[in-house]
Amino acid sequence: MTPNLHLWLIPILPLIGAAINGLVGKRFSRHAVAAVALGFCGAAFAMALWIAAQFSSLALPHVEALTSWLNSGTFSVDYSFALDQLSLVMLLIVTGVGFLIHIYSVGYMWEEGGYYRFFSYLNLFMFFMLTLVLASNYLLMFVGWEGVGLASYLLIGFFFIRDSAAAAGKKAFIVNRIGDFGFLIALFLMIKHFGSLDFQKVFDAVKPYSPETAGVGFLTAIALLLLLGACGKSAQIPLYVWLPDAMEGPTPVSALIHAATMVTAGVYMVARSHAIFERAPSALMVVAIIGTLTAFFAATIGIAQTDIKKVLAYSTISQLGYMFLACGVAAFSAGIFHLMTHAFFKGLLFLAAGSVIHAVGGEQDMRKMGGLRKKIPWTFWTMTFATIAIAGIPPFAGFFSKDEILWRAYQASWIYWLVGLVTALLTSFYMFRLWFMTFFGEYRGEAEASHGHEEHAHDSRAGAPAPHSHGHGGIHESPAIMVVPLVILAVLSLVGGWVGVPGSLGGGNHFDKFLGPVFRSSTPALNTEHVQPGEAAPPEQTTEGTEPKTGRSTEILFTGISVGAGLLGLFLAWLLYLHSPQLPDRIASSMHGLYSTIAHKYWIDELYAWLFVKPLIAISGVVFWRGIDQGVIDAALNGSADGARELSDEVRHMQSGNLRSYAGWIAVGAAAVIAYMVWTGLRTQ
Amino acid sequence: MVPLSYYLVLSGILFACGVVGFLIKRNIITIFMSIELMLNGVNLSFVAFAARWQQLSGQVFVFFVMVVAAAEAAVGLAIIIALFRTRETLNIDQVNLLKL
Repeated sequence: MTPNLHLWLIPILPLIGAAINGLVGKRFSRHAVAAVALGFCGAAFAMALWIAAQFSSLALPHVEALTSWLNSGTFSVDYSFALDQLSLVMLLIVTGVGFLIHIYSVGYMWEEGGYYRFFSYLNLFMFFMLTLVLASNYLLMFVGWEGVGLASYLLIGFFFIRDSAAAAGKKAFIVNRIGDFGFLIALFLMIKHFGSLDFQKVFDAVKPYSPETAGVGFLTAIALLLLLGACGKSAQIPLYVWLPDAMEGPTPVSALIHAATMVTAGVYMVARSHAIFERAPSALMVVAIIGTLTAFFAATIGIAQTDIKKVLAYSTISQLGYMFLACGVAAFSAGIFHLMTHAFFKGLLFLAAGSVIHAVGGEQDMRKMGGLRKKIPWTFWTMTFATIAIAGIPPFAGFFSKDEILWRAYQASWIYWLVGLVTALLTSFYMFRLWFMTFFGEYRGEAEASHGHEEHAHDSRAGAPAPHSHGHGGIHESPAIMVVPLVILAVLSLVGGWVGVPGSLGGGNHFDKFLGPVFRSSTPALNTEHVQPGEAAPPEQTTEGTEPKTGRSTEILFTGISVGAGLLGLFLAWLLYLHSPQLPDRIASSMHGLYSTIAHKYWIDELYAWLFVKPLIAISGVVFWRGIDQGVIDAALNGSADGARELSDEVRHMQSGNLRSYAGWIAVGAAAVIAYMVWTGLRTQ
Repeated sequence: MVPLSYYLVLSGILFACGVVGFLIKRNIITIFMSIELMLNGVNLSFVAFAARWQQLSGQVFVFFVMVVAAAEAAVGLAIIIALFRTRETLNIDQVNLLKL
């Protein structure tokens, strides 16, 4: 008998915090609001740690059914939570990074209105996200899935007075609807074919099926529909368009929801459903292709963006593409590994970007920054850690996870690897571009443009305005409550990858082994056609966990190549943005068409507007609004009302008030009744 | 022995006279009398049936109707007197204040 861990408490705790702040937080002081939010979120984190401490003594997967939820014939869904290696990793990421970002937000949002509202939403998000990762069936997962979408909508539109924020929130919600539609249909298919939505039961039911190598069966259909849902949530082609706009939200929200946790829900869902995906090789291939394309595509957009948060947004999309690529080549643990390291360094990047924005008084355009290195040293150093981590330079976290993905991608097909490598180069380039533009060179903003940039670096810490401040209070380091989470995440960005050092570099790849039981448990005789016939790696044994015995030198070679790509990106960024800053403009003007295409994000938003939004609005206006709504529904309603009025206009004359006409009617009625009775009496005789 | 149908025809004639009187007369006293005529038409049929089937309930009903008619006459005449005092008319076509 395994101990009862009360898993349900973990999601419920932030919900209580959200309820308290949401219902009565308006009357609290800011300190009280922050205390409530941090207290409940921290409690969830503490509980996650407590569970992690006992984890080795549990029989996995550890399922705790709280109560029965739906019972309909033979179909039933429990309100139950499950814990295994995968959900433990997610649990620790969500609560840990979430808690740090809560702390950071206390400082970041201090000046903003709606303080209680912000923390209520943030805690609400934690509740739904934890429901999502702890759910033991697809339906409960879907509840969390929709809930995080709601929280995301609320937080993107947090500054709802701004039109663009409200529009971005709606866009995120509607685009996600398309994906959710796929998810729902997939659930229906599961109910039809497996009669259950419980993870364990579904995966057990899937076991007897062999991979659908020939043609497309219902497993492929389910997998593709799940993928559609994942594409919506995790911002993959073709549904990625909402994420860049989501940067309208406050920066901690971008860090928590749109970088570290929520957008990885799609990856988690695909990894969780690996038993289905592994039996649908064509769907897996679609996952890999979508991931590769998204990674490359978003990275190219990222190099031409000038808004610091937009760069990070496209970078997030690109990194999520890597995770999908990993899942697509059945390297699920590599995908989750990258998910984890990405949560650290991308969360950090956003928080540091928030700190930069905070320092320069709300400016987000990198062209108006520069030279901030000495003025905000803590932000600078933590950002440096994160940038190196995402660029894939050892020994930082991103290197190990990205290298693992690229190596596994190469085993599937060299095309994935090549595109992934180019993307790694681009990633490194645009991240160092951001780094150089923000922290090096001369300050290009207005407020202190004529001012020196060296002298008051040391005395501008902890939120105190610099002595030579102009206008917005001068460029100043963020307060300690914002810097401490940055430092913790910076440390994690450094050491976070060490849990998964691959065998070729002398490590044990513990992370992969830890997740192994989840992903190996139901691995079928795996799709071998993904692996090139001549590839040295044994096709099946390398799927999860086990170290490839052959090709070690090849792997080291590949590691070297990807590090080289990262360093090349660094060099190029240095060349273009520090050494000769006039060069980018020249390149841009010499390739005007290509540059403006990229700068305009390939006109995808315009394409979608032209292809879907405008026709939909036009059709809605003519057919649905004037045609069906006004022509049929309103017309039917108004018609029946008019008809009733006209009829009563005629009939009301009977109510004349004339006594004798009433009496006449009574007499006529009585005569009619008598006549009828006499008539029936005669008939029955 | 007079056949039942004779009573019933007479009862019908009385009732029809009452109805016609009620509908065409304007004087409220006449209308009142027409109502009494209808009631008595019905009473006649009651007692005729009671005699025919040797059932007492018909007779009891007639007494009951007479009691109600007496009460109605008392109340009705009081209303008519009150009406005449205020409107100085017994023509019901002129007593139509509640009309739409």
